[in-house]
Amino acid sequence: MNIHEYQGKEIFRSMGVAVPEGSVAYTPEEAVDVAKTLDSDVYVVKAQIHAGGRGKAGGVKIAKSIDEVREYAKELLGKVLVTHQTGPEGKEVKRLLIEEGCDIQNEFYIGFVIDRATDRVVLMGSEEGGTEIEEVAEKTPEKIFKEVIDPVVGLMPYQAKRLAFNINIPKESVNKAAKLMLSLYNVFTEKDCAIVEINPLVSTGSGDVLALDAKINFDENALFRNKDIVELRDLDEEDPKEIEASKYDLSYVALDGNIGCMVNGAGLAMATMDTINHFGGKPANFLDVGGGATTEKVTEAFKIILGDEGVRGIFVNIFGGIMKCDVIAEGVVEAVKNVGLDIPLVVRLEGTNVERGKEILDGSDFDIIPASTMAEGAQKIIEAVNQNK
Amino acid sequence: MGVFIDKDTKVLVQGITGSTALFHTKQMLEYGTKIVAGVTPGKGGLEVEGVPVYNTVEEAKEATGANVSVIYVPAPFAADAIVEAADAELDMAICITEHIPVLDMVKVKRYLEDKSTRLVGPNCPGVITADESKIGIMPGYIHKKGHVGVVSRSGTLTYEAVHQLTEAGIGQTTAVGIGGDPVNGTDFIDSLKAFNEDPETYAVVMIGEIGGTAEEEAAEWVKENMTKPVVGFIGGVTAPPGKRMGHAGAIISGGKGTADEKIKTMNSCGIETADTPSEIGETLIERIKQEDGLYEKCLTVK
Repeated sequence: MNIHEYQGKEIFRSMGVAVPEGSVAYTPEEAVDVAKTLDSDVYVVKAQIHAGGRGKAGGVKIAKSIDEVREYAKELLGKVLVTHQTGPEGKEVKRLLIEEGCDIQNEFYIGFVIDRATDRVVLMGSEEGGTEIEEVAEKTPEKIFKEVIDPVVGLMPYQAKRLAFNINIPKESVNKAAKLMLSLYNVFTEKDCAIVEINPLVSTGSGDVLALDAKINFDENALFRNKDIVELRDLDEEDPKEIEASKYDLSYVALDGNIGCMVNGAGLAMATMDTINHFGGKPANFLDVGGGATTEKVTEAFKIILGDEGVRGIFVNIFGGIMKCDVIAEGVVEAVKNVGLDIPLVVRLEGTNVERGKEILDGSDFDIIPASTMAEGAQKIIEAVNQNK
Repeated sequence: MGVFIDKDTKVLVQGITGSTALFHTKQMLEYGTKIVAGVTPGKGGLEVEGVPVYNTVEEAKEATGANVSVIYVPAPFAADAIVEAADAELDMAICITEHIPVLDMVKVKRYLEDKSTRLVGPNCPGVITADESKIGIMPGYIHKKGHVGVVSRSGTLTYEAVHQLTEAGIGQTTAVGIGGDPVNGTDFIDSLKAFNEDPETYAVVMIGEIGGTAEEEAAEWVKENMTKPVVGFIGGVTAPPGKRMGHAGAIISGGKGTADEKIKTMNSCGIETADTPSEIGETLIERIKQEDGLYEKCLTVK
């Protein structure tokens, strides 16, 4: 789960990670009110959307007066920002962060991630602040430094200082930088983060070290013990179909093709998309109905798939293991009846009681196209969709 | 034979009184798995499906000689259950539970470093040695005894592959589900090593997916060490970057962990990969036909 920069900075501030003064604004008037509380003659007006690359897309403005804050706030609110992470459709700006400007001397990058190779939390840092870390990793990997953290003792002060020295934080600011990293590690572990990144982290003319940005991604599996984080969720930033799917414990990811997929199991669901693609079709989504594939779940899954206007056909691919194929077939027929399907439907069933399952599909009042293998099913749905054009 | 578990494996079920665990305990017993104990704190003294329940793993082990645990405990308590199994010095803990917080697993892995217990999973279908012992949630009947080992990050894709093998007359030794989480126990290399050393296993199918670099590392290991043919499949060629595809570990982040990269590395290390999951069985058969008499030896299912 992602949150906005201003929410991330509020968490930072409350846990001892230094950030510039500032607050959220939903209207130009609120933006002006926030600016008036700041002890500064330069203000930063930052568009709040769940995507990186806002600066380059014109979503960050430097205002030199309260009037400019108002003007920029008017300009940004309601504007659709297109960055390399939003996709071509962009995202509408509904919230702003109004902040005091600061005297930036140097920019750095620091981040905490779960490193799958060591099964540990790793602190990463680079003196190439302001640049995408992936770009740094590719072009100048020698400029990225890492500290692997033992969960028994957590991030140790010497590690934080070593990283600070390695990324060339000015000597007089090293202790402040180390303190910030130690506090940030506490944020990471106490709030069950999956990724925390500060890009840029800056050193200022007065020797301070501040987080100028805050990118936090939380482990969704740990939200049950972080109720305060759940409240920060901004549904405007998520795909409505993905939100709907999560209510029914369905795992759904929207894609841009025209063949809807419904599959049991994440691996099989991914492989189904790949198979459609292999035969020249375009999957409209990833959808895992889970091991159960009950009538209720299948019905909801159909509704979500059909909520995507681009869908021209549906491919149901189920490997009935513990759950028997005849039970699944009945669920599919019942669900088709419930939602009133009017586009081609291919169903591939395999596993326990497969013959009985196929009989149920054949005997139904609906035009369900059966398939024996995934490959056959994918080819049949592509053909049916092409014929319907 | 086979790897990790066999007909003599004595299993205890952690969280046995939960509905999912009960259902699968029944299925495992029907398959012939030796389930000797269950553990649910506070339910000690009960008996379910003819299996005695204990309050602690230590107590259950002492009373029954159980050496492998299967864990169905809900996610918030699953890390605790794994550590309890390791503390009782069981040989293996197979964790089926999905949605365990990843930082819990970071701690668990650190704890396991100097313990003898092998962890399989979490978020996995379990381990099955065909016609001997089924520990987990997989449909038992598709697995038939033979000489092909299977190791996979995905449950349903394992069933898909095993089913194709069985239909084609190719039986299996053991199928190991290593799970779809980013931080897990037994990995591809551990499983491949075990298959390499198992005299009954003649060839291996490995099934991976996007996220991380475990497949690449395993491919390099195969190139250096494996004496048996290995074929594979990687799911997620069409997965968009930055999106989690069902499994917590199935995510392309920062341009790393793509299916193309994995397939390229596997191919360059001598591991043929199937283009679609429907061809996993065929890919294996074509590969073992290249070895003199191996295909015939692998035809064990009548």
